[in-house]
Amino acid sequence: MMNSIILNAATRLLTALLLLFSVYMLWRGHNLPGGGFIGGLIGATGFVLHAIAMGADATRKALRHDPQNIAMIGLGVALFAGVFAAFDGDAFFTGQWLFFGATETDKGLPISTVLMFDVGVYLVVFGAILTLVLALEEEV
Amino acid sequence: MGKSGTDVPRVYGGPAGWISVAIPATIFVYMLQFMAPVAAGQPVLLGLDWVPSMDIRLSVAIDGLSLTFALLISGIGALVTLYSTKYLGNHPEYPRFVLFLMMFMAGMLGLVLADNLIALFVFWEITTISSYLLIGFTSDEAKSRRSALQALLVTGTGGLALLAGMIMLGNVAGSFELSVILQQGDAIRAHPLYVPIVILFLAGAFTKSAQFPFHFWLPNAMAAPTPVSAYLHSATMVKGGVYLMARMNPALGETDLWFWTLIIAGGFTTVFASILAVRQTDIKMVLAYTTLMALGALTLFIGAGSAAAIKAAMTFLVVHSLYKAALFLMIGIVDHETGTRDANILRGLGRKMPLTFLGGALAAISMAGIPPFVGFIGKEFLYKAGLELDVASLWVTGTIFAASVLMFAAAGISVLRPFTGPLADTPTPAHEGPWAMWIGPLILGAFSLGFGLFPNTIEAWLVAPGTWAVYGDYSYVVDLYLFKEVNAAFILSLVTFATGAAVYLVHRPLRDWLGRVFAANPIKFDPGWDRVLDGLKALAAWQTGILQSGVLQRYIFTVFATLAIAIGATIWAKDALNFRVDWAAALSGLAFMHFAVLVFIIAGAIMAAITNNRMTAIASLGVVGVGVALIFIMFSAPDVAITQLLVETLSIVLVAVVMLKLPQLGMRHEQAARPFHLALSAVVGGLVTLVLIGVVQGDIDRRLTDYFEVTSLPEAFGANIVNVILVDFRAIDTFGEIAVVVIAALASYGLLRSARYGADRSKGEGEDRT
Repeated sequence: MMNSIILNAATRLLTALLLLFSVYMLWRGHNLPGGGFIGGLIGATGFVLHAIAMGADATRKALRHDPQNIAMIGLGVALFAGVFAAFDGDAFFTGQWLFFGATETDKGLPISTVLMFDVGVYLVVFGAILTLVLALEEEV
Repeated sequence: MGKSGTDVPRVYGGPAGWISVAIPATIFVYMLQFMAPVAAGQPVLLGLDWVPSMDIRLSVAIDGLSLTFALLISGIGALVTLYSTKYLGNHPEYPRFVLFLMMFMAGMLGLVLADNLIALFVFWEITTISSYLLIGFTSDEAKSRRSALQALLVTGTGGLALLAGMIMLGNVAGSFELSVILQQGDAIRAHPLYVPIVILFLAGAFTKSAQFPFHFWLPNAMAAPTPVSAYLHSATMVKGGVYLMARMNPALGETDLWFWTLIIAGGFTTVFASILAVRQTDIKMVLAYTTLMALGALTLFIGAGSAAAIKAAMTFLVVHSLYKAALFLMIGIVDHETGTRDANILRGLGRKMPLTFLGGALAAISMAGIPPFVGFIGKEFLYKAGLELDVASLWVTGTIFAASVLMFAAAGISVLRPFTGPLADTPTPAHEGPWAMWIGPLILGAFSLGFGLFPNTIEAWLVAPGTWAVYGDYSYVVDLYLFKEVNAAFILSLVTFATGAAVYLVHRPLRDWLGRVFAANPIKFDPGWDRVLDGLKALAAWQTGILQSGVLQRYIFTVFATLAIAIGATIWAKDALNFRVDWAAALSGLAFMHFAVLVFIIAGAIMAAITNNRMTAIASLGVVGVGVALIFIMFSAPDVAITQLLVETLSIVLVAVVMLKLPQLGMRHEQAARPFHLALSAVVGGLVTLVLIGVVQGDIDRRLTDYFEVTSLPEAFGANIVNVILVDFRAIDTFGEIAVVVIAALASYGLLRSARYGADRSKGEGEDRT
């Protein structure tokens, strides 16, 4: 933890921005550079910055949930996205797509288990990194 | 129950109790619908592709064998869970118990219904793990923990052997589908890998079904609560090995190796376990050893392999599950209501606990093989099949005769003695248990009697379809009857009764004599197990001392030295340096910015190597990382570049946190090692460079890239190929990777935390790590 008032003030803004940006990277990942892994890294960076500026305790409070639980839930989400294919009679981890409001010219809003899987990856990377960083901050 | 914590009053175990009864009861009713097609000789096949590219399917085959097992698992499961609502319903950990029990039931049902070797193995392991959790349910007792671990290690080792055998068998047969494999018996038996396959399969089956010499874990597993013993360790799980042998019989059976291994191990276990059973005074242990005997008998007759032997085994399988589960439940009631299970103390309970006595007596008469109970039919057909064998008839009949005699005596010890005679004092005054507990033995006992009086029912519903499935011949006519004529088997039964009664009358002096014999015997399996574990621990400590120096620099040196040797040896062996580099062409496309980045990276590397300040070193490494990311960007790999930059940022933060606590670089003893470090880095760097130059010389195979470029958008609806590969085409790989990430994070979290608590914990729990 650093006692820098500039860093403190900037962190409030930067963490929020980084989180927002990370979700954006996750969202656009299927068609443009980005995706769950990169998004998770960016989101984690935001909270790492938070931990450096305000200390690990404050970060744990801001996170509300234990990072290791977040990682486990991410793994569960990814697994569920894979198993979901079984409900449609497809092989494990076959992507399932639903195009909301699709017309002949517009493909509508695509919702898929693939995105759900990427959300799982995001949560795993995010939770795993914060597990490590926060533990290191506190123990070492 | 020695679990700490106070009892929680619950009505029939609360919601957990009701749900746990409803699930198996529903499954039982659901499975009944398959009885008609299966009894008509029509197995039902259902399936779902799981990993089609590796031939792993979640497929279900319901034939006579699996249906018999499924009905026993769900039917006895419903009675056992009902029983548990009263036996453990007020236990503070009861909901957890129910969870483990349901997990076990799901695994066991999957095991017997699976039509795919890999799926079968997964369910096999689920039963192993849930059995571990259930045996160790009273986890505050060291004995429970030891027994649970022993069962886990023995059956888990067998499970690994089984997995190896399954993979071999799948490759030999060209499919992991059981329904395909079972058609190829002749080809498999003629294959050179047949012998290892049989050995590995039998290692799995023998450990699971506690055949000699792996028998020792089962009696110890009786540390589990009694409903668990009744369910897992007599009626279902331990029969998993028997199921496997029966299931594989059409593919692996009918050879001398199969015949003699099963007959010798099964026969020996049968007699050995029966003798040990009569030796016990704890009635639960008597039942535990008679279960071993039954498993031995089943192995023996599956090995014998004639149609009559298979029929006898299938009959005995049902017979045994019915009476043994009932007897375990009965002794559980006695233990629960009187506070003891000692055959020397318990007398005359019949008047106080009439319904428990009735249920126990029905089961015990069936176990003794007295007509008109189904146990008599089971024993008759065992004798008949044994006498009709061409080879080893004397051995099979002899062992089963000896076992039946001792079974007769064991039935007397476990029911006749405690329930008749004058009432004796017990730790708590004896009284009848609640209905939820005695209903189980009564229903099971009624089935033992009903199937005996009407043998056509069990024949048509269970034994005939089961025999067809195991013997592999659907035209064989199965006929069960209570009595047809006075033949050799019938006379042998009469002799069994007479001898059994005689053994029962002298069982107390006999027990003392056996006790002395066993005390004098130097070979003991259970203490031997401890010595094996001690040996393992010593081996681990020895190799840790050699391999683990605890010095980070040495670890890294070892890793990179290994890498250098591996790459160097491969280059040398494959003669990979046999290429010519056209330097002029290779360097022609490079612009000023490429060289600038190159200088940037080299400067960072040199700085990191020569500085004495850790922060400078980290920052210099960061420079190298950013330079590499720049290269990725220049050669259009934005995803990789972003990832590289982020990982670089985060790892610098991580390393910085740690490094601040480490001593300064450039200590004298480090200076001495510097030349070695320099030499190693030069070698590794040189080799990696050589490999890279070599790689770009040949034509790069673009088939995969082309495939993904073409299919990414139309089939996976994504334009970013890298991401589409990660989350769709190769999602299973990604899933494996994120699982590793989670495990790594949790492991390091545990390590970091234990650094704080480690000091006082090692003092407190050191002696318990068994």
